[in-house]
Amino acid sequence: MPSTVAGILGIKVGMTQLFDDKGDVRPVTVLKAGPCVVTQRKTAKRDGYDAVQIGLVEFLKESKLSKAELGHLKKNDIAPLRMLREVPIVFEGKDDEGEGHVKAGDPVLVEIFEGEKFVDVIGTSKGRGFAGVVKRHKFAGGPKSHGSMFQITGSIGSSAFPSRVFKGMRMSGHMGVDRKTVRNLRILGVDKEENLLVIEGAIPGHKDGYVLILKSKRPPRERRGFAGTTTVDPLKAAKRAAKKG
Amino acid sequence: MSTNPIIDKLLAKSQRTDLPAFKPGDTIRVHVKIKEGDKERVQVFEGLVIAQRGGQQGSFVVRKMSFGQGVERIFPYRCKVVDKVEVVRSFKVRRAKLYYLRALRGKAARLREVERPK
Repeated sequence: MPSTVAGILGIKVGMTQLFDDKGDVRPVTVLKAGPCVVTQRKTAKRDGYDAVQIGLVEFLKESKLSKAELGHLKKNDIAPLRMLREVPIVFEGKDDEGEGHVKAGDPVLVEIFEGEKFVDVIGTSKGRGFAGVVKRHKFAGGPKSHGSMFQITGSIGSSAFPSRVFKGMRMSGHMGVDRKTVRNLRILGVDKEENLLVIEGAIPGHKDGYVLILKSKRPPRERRGFAGTTTVDPLKAAKRAAKKG
Repeated sequence: MSTNPIIDKLLAKSQRTDLPAFKPGDTIRVHVKIKEGDKERVQVFEGLVIAQRGGQQGSFVVRKMSFGQGVERIFPYRCKVVDKVEVVRSFKVRRAKLYYLRALRGKAARLREVERPK
């Protein structure tokens, strides 16, 4: 295909442990990735930039959506969808409308991640409510005994000068329920039948939370030992050869 | 551990079916694959199964005496390092976790052998 969609919407299923080929255990997050459908194609000509709006396919009643949302989807005869997000589009070769290009109504499935090594995951972090400074800003807190308070803010400024508290002073307040991005999580498995994506490591948010999964924007650079034991370090190989000869 | 049907299904795929049935009180030989550089060899760990943990992420604990020192290894059932398992002998035990054997030495740590069902 001359153009592909570079992301998908999903739901966090939960975490578990899997063994890799070396026999080491890996903490993994299981994501239900898609199925999604393209709801709108944004083009540089019309919208000023190229992108694709995709929606996560769920079985919803029409009454769950506003008339404006329904009207937007009805343009392309798409069933009611709640979760719509814009994702980048990747062109291979010339940017052209036409045969083989992504258009509204196309399915977006988890197989777009086949052959990919890393993904970025965007989610909404768990809510912590009104949190104190120790939890929210990782303050050290006070001494734990000798009649002291435990998780106190401490001083927030001096008195005579400047006689005020500086702007941006870190204090207690609402924490969590923020959009958080975790970059470069390794893909450990793609299940096309069940629409599952297994990635190494944790992602923000609770189970059943919506996540946006994108192809890695800045994958880690290849470095020594990156590909495992098969990579040959030229410096070491030269030394070994010199030793033998 | 997990009750999510999707994760259960995923874990069921990595479940091993080639290991023989054994239970606490059995002496088993666990063939462990060990990687040294590019070479791979098999080391045998022979000892008594003193505990089993069930579920999708279950494991078993094998205890042996090595030069007078008790050594225990925990093997997950789904572990790919385990090449194969042989059951050598079976002993009569009356509980599922044989942790009491850790405190016993020599004659006191003996168990009565039973015929293994063929």
